[in-house]
Amino acid sequence: MTAPAHSILPLKVENLSYRANGLVLIDSVSFALERPVRTVILGPNGAGKSLLLRLCHGLIPPSGGQVAWNAPDPARHQAMVFQRPVLLRRGVAANVGFGLRLRGVGRAERRARVAEALALAGLTDLADRPARVLSVGEQQRLALVRAWILRPEILFLDEPTANLDPAATRAVESVIDAIHRAGTGIVLTTQDLHQARRLADQILFLHRGRLIERAPAERFFAGPASLEGAAFIKGDLVW
Amino acid sequence: MSDIGAGFALALGLIWSLDADFVEIVLRSLYVSTIAVALAAVIGLPLGAAVALFRFPGRHFVAVLLNALMGLPPVVVGLSVYLVLSRAGPLGVLGLLFSVPAMILAQSILVTPIVAALTRQTVEDLWVEYAELMRSLGARPAQMVATLLWDARFSLFTAVLAGFGRASAEVGAVMLVGGNIDHLTRVMTTTIVLETSRGDLPLALGLGLVLIVLSLAVNGAVYLMREVTREPVA
Repeated sequence: MTAPAHSILPLKVENLSYRANGLVLIDSVSFALERPVRTVILGPNGAGKSLLLRLCHGLIPPSGGQVAWNAPDPARHQAMVFQRPVLLRRGVAANVGFGLRLRGVGRAERRARVAEALALAGLTDLADRPARVLSVGEQQRLALVRAWILRPEILFLDEPTANLDPAATRAVESVIDAIHRAGTGIVLTTQDLHQARRLADQILFLHRGRLIERAPAERFFAGPASLEGAAFIKGDLVW
Repeated sequence: MSDIGAGFALALGLIWSLDADFVEIVLRSLYVSTIAVALAAVIGLPLGAAVALFRFPGRHFVAVLLNALMGLPPVVVGLSVYLVLSRAGPLGVLGLLFSVPAMILAQSILVTPIVAALTRQTVEDLWVEYAELMRSLGARPAQMVATLLWDARFSLFTAVLAGFGRASAEVGAVMLVGGNIDHLTRVMTTTIVLETSRGDLPLALGLGLVLIVLSLAVNGAVYLMREVTREPVA
């Protein structure tokens, strides 16, 4: 991918907080993403992983702190895939090309890019099927390339393989890999240690709304600096 | 009893022979209600979707109002349109009273709230599912409305058919603003009222049969639509 003239990276998250009903769900989280690497937000259930992703993507306004991007109109250069893929009541190809349509991309270019995206997701043969009859794994791959087709600099993925069997998980992960190799930075949440090991360049370890540890993946898995991180790796951190 | 029996026989004869007056009345009814429902759809679908999607002051009031207006009494609509179109009324200069356009206007006023209220419910449910995706993709408001209307198209078709059922069956509004003028504004329901009071049962019964068949056809279409578009289990 050719880098845009003004990259939206680095992303700077500063003292980000989110409160609801008197509960502090995200508690002054700060970090920066300089390059389009693969970042895994790791943590147990209820750590605030999805919430952090939504705050970064701008879907919900923070209660405090800020999410700052390096270039104007950052929303246009990022995308997100949700834990349960939202599929439009249309065919597979129409789903994949939907974002391009919204941006007024012409039919010919759209068709070419949709074909390329379908090939990347391994969905070419299913192009004309109604999207909602696909298997869950196929739906997730569809959602991935529907986001990727917009050539985001950063792609947020919220537990992309929750509830998938190992084969479907592997298929989804290979699509994620391909998207990353094509130049898109990945920010992915998971509570699956194995997945984090397979995919992460760096780890953001989140626990009870606080960013406990940020480390390159190798260092984190060799020995987390935090007690919570160590407990999580051993499987002792329940909540 | 024999009167009714004979009436039925004559009624079936009218239908079978495609009696010219009879056919004219049926076609005028369909014309008036179809155009009225088309207008109601053009206004009601986007209106319902907008109320479902956008947060504005008084939104809940509008939603309640639309639901309340679903049960609008046809004679009241007829009376209001009559007052507006009558010679002394604000639109009296148009000279539309006792004409087909006046009937179409009255029926679309009757049906628009039905289409809008059913659309709002349908679109609101779909919006719960689509909202984050649409915002993530940066859809503009008009694009959101268009997407939701298109993706809810099958349910919305049902809403429009419900509106058509209401329009074709009502008598009060078209009677008041149309005047039931022979060969000009006479439709099925107004003819039934007139012919029954005159004791001419065959025509009334024949038109009644057509209305029932029409209602069956509309509801059958709704049912088929639901069956065909039932969500596949993934």
